[in-house]
Amino acid sequence: MGTWLARRLLAATAIVFAVVSLTFFLMHLGPASPIVPGAEQPLDPDVVARLRHQFGTDQPLPVQYVRYLAQLARGNFGVSFSQRRPVIAALADAIPNTIVLAGTALLIDFGLGLLLGVVMAARARHQVDAVLGNATLFLRSVPTFWLALIVILVFGERLHWFPVGGTIDIVQHRSFSFLGRVADRLWHLTLPALTLGVVGAAGTARFQRNATLDALSADYVRTARAKGVTERRIVVVHALRNALLPAITLFGLALPFLLTGAVLIETVFAWPGMGKLAADAIFSRDYPVVLACALAASVMVVGGNLAADMLYAVADPRIRITERDRA
Amino acid sequence: MNLRAWLALLAALGVAWLAARAARRRAAGTAGGRRFFASPFAGLGVGVLAFFAVVAVAAPVVAPFQPDRQLDIIELVNRGPSWAHPLGTDLYSRDMWSRLVYGARVSLGIGALAMAVALTLGAAVGAAAGYFRRATDVVLMRLVDVGLAMPRLFLLIVAAAVWQHVSLGALILILGVTGWFGTSRLVRAEVLTLRERDFVTAARALGARPGWIIFRHVLPNVASPLLVSAALGIGNVMLTEAALSFLGIGVRPPTASWGNMIADGAGQIVAAPWTTLFPGLAIALVVMALNATGDALRDALAARPSSYEEET
Repeated sequence: MGTWLARRLLAATAIVFAVVSLTFFLMHLGPASPIVPGAEQPLDPDVVARLRHQFGTDQPLPVQYVRYLAQLARGNFGVSFSQRRPVIAALADAIPNTIVLAGTALLIDFGLGLLLGVVMAARARHQVDAVLGNATLFLRSVPTFWLALIVILVFGERLHWFPVGGTIDIVQHRSFSFLGRVADRLWHLTLPALTLGVVGAAGTARFQRNATLDALSADYVRTARAKGVTERRIVVVHALRNALLPAITLFGLALPFLLTGAVLIETVFAWPGMGKLAADAIFSRDYPVVLACALAASVMVVGGNLAADMLYAVADPRIRITERDRA
Repeated sequence: MNLRAWLALLAALGVAWLAARAARRRAAGTAGGRRFFASPFAGLGVGVLAFFAVVAVAAPVVAPFQPDRQLDIIELVNRGPSWAHPLGTDLYSRDMWSRLVYGARVSLGIGALAMAVALTLGAAVGAAAGYFRRATDVVLMRLVDVGLAMPRLFLLIVAAAVWQHVSLGALILILGVTGWFGTSRLVRAEVLTLRERDFVTAARALGARPGWIIFRHVLPNVASPLLVSAALGIGNVMLTEAALSFLGIGVRPPTASWGNMIADGAGQIVAAPWTTLFPGLAIALVVMALNATGDALRDALAARPSSYEEET
């Protein structure tokens, strides 16, 4: 287990390093200069030279690359062009909001998704399965941001049940009691988290349905049926335990989906998280912020996959044994 | 919308129906084809796809107006659906139906072409990795690991932010180049087992070169999983294009794409919900049709690209 973990950690580090290098060279491959973003008027060459010196872009590319890595290793992502403050400070403000949103969505995604998936498998090829199958297919086929807009229109603008954006009621939040503030935050969280979570749950449910169906066709299920075990007990005890294993892999894959969805959901719901930070940074041509967000997202994805691998090894002894044999 | 446009719409529906029926008749000759059309939504999916394909090709006939013509910026702003404008008009008094029709060209075209790029790259990389194994395999698959470690939208955001003005061609290329990682894993897994088969050994014994073996003997056998992943992948590309256009870094206005139509409508969602509703429904319809067709294809061809790879 020890060497296995060390290997995985090493691989994860290498992947993050490769992503860092890739984004760096991608940025310098492009024709857009961070100094004169789409300048209509030619700048004084002297000013350009001084700016280039200040940003270090007058150095040869390998030198810039090493410098960039050295700064990154110290946790320095540079200074945001548009916010005039260190990128790390902007990220520190945004990431907790994204974690709250994506975390809640993840809970809904798996809580609802696994439940629906098992229900669909238990009622396979019956009416419940057909209805849920069509509903989840629709949710998987709809643009997430479009769904968010429709949700805002219906539940925010027409019914006035929920606020249409933001994390808190800007005017009244300070006057609330502690519990009131928590309720205010939850109230604002409901629509964005539900939208993201339910779309994710649709995918999880479709996956879990097939995994459970596979488990239900296994020999030990036939044995259990022959013994006269009730159908409910077969699904819940015999099939579900084994059908949950593939869901761990799905957990690792849910992260990219949630982070991508967060970019769009945060933009639509004016939720000040990492996704909105990245989307806003595109328009102000704020490269350091764009890069930092891409890096942070990659680290989260790699970390999520690593966590899923470790969970899998804990949950499924077969993985540990084969990995040990290979090592 | 005048009589000619309504008739053209009816004709498009008729052509789509005929195409779906012809496809069903041809498919009835093979076992796989019968299995395909036995699944409940396969026929409907093919019909929907045929309809939008016909509409996209015949756009100048089906659309009553030029897509970016501002009809009457005083009287016809944000008008709801009517006989003259079946899907209403937008903030600039442009006819939504005409924009939807021309947007089909852009959105479907980008989906199909970007997927073609991604399939080519994925098949080439996967076949090379699976066939040559050893160092080639290690290097290429680590590259794929890196590609999969970056959420695609973030990668696209970086690319779009750096290149500033992304033309349609560049957009297709970017979407294709960032979309082949999953396909290459799929192809590699298939090629790893295919290369051990007797017909490959026979070809090698006859002195065939690796390139010949890969193209003539190995890749044709990967066609069915590739077809399935293409059907499911085009939908993904279309959703990604819509997301990029919504963020303002995809298809540039005034060229209509379904994604930037939603972006245009988002600001008017309370005053003119139809400007957001219809393009989104169009995307949902086509992507649902693609998913239904892809699922039916997978069952019919008994080719199973691991479903969780398609979820991301």
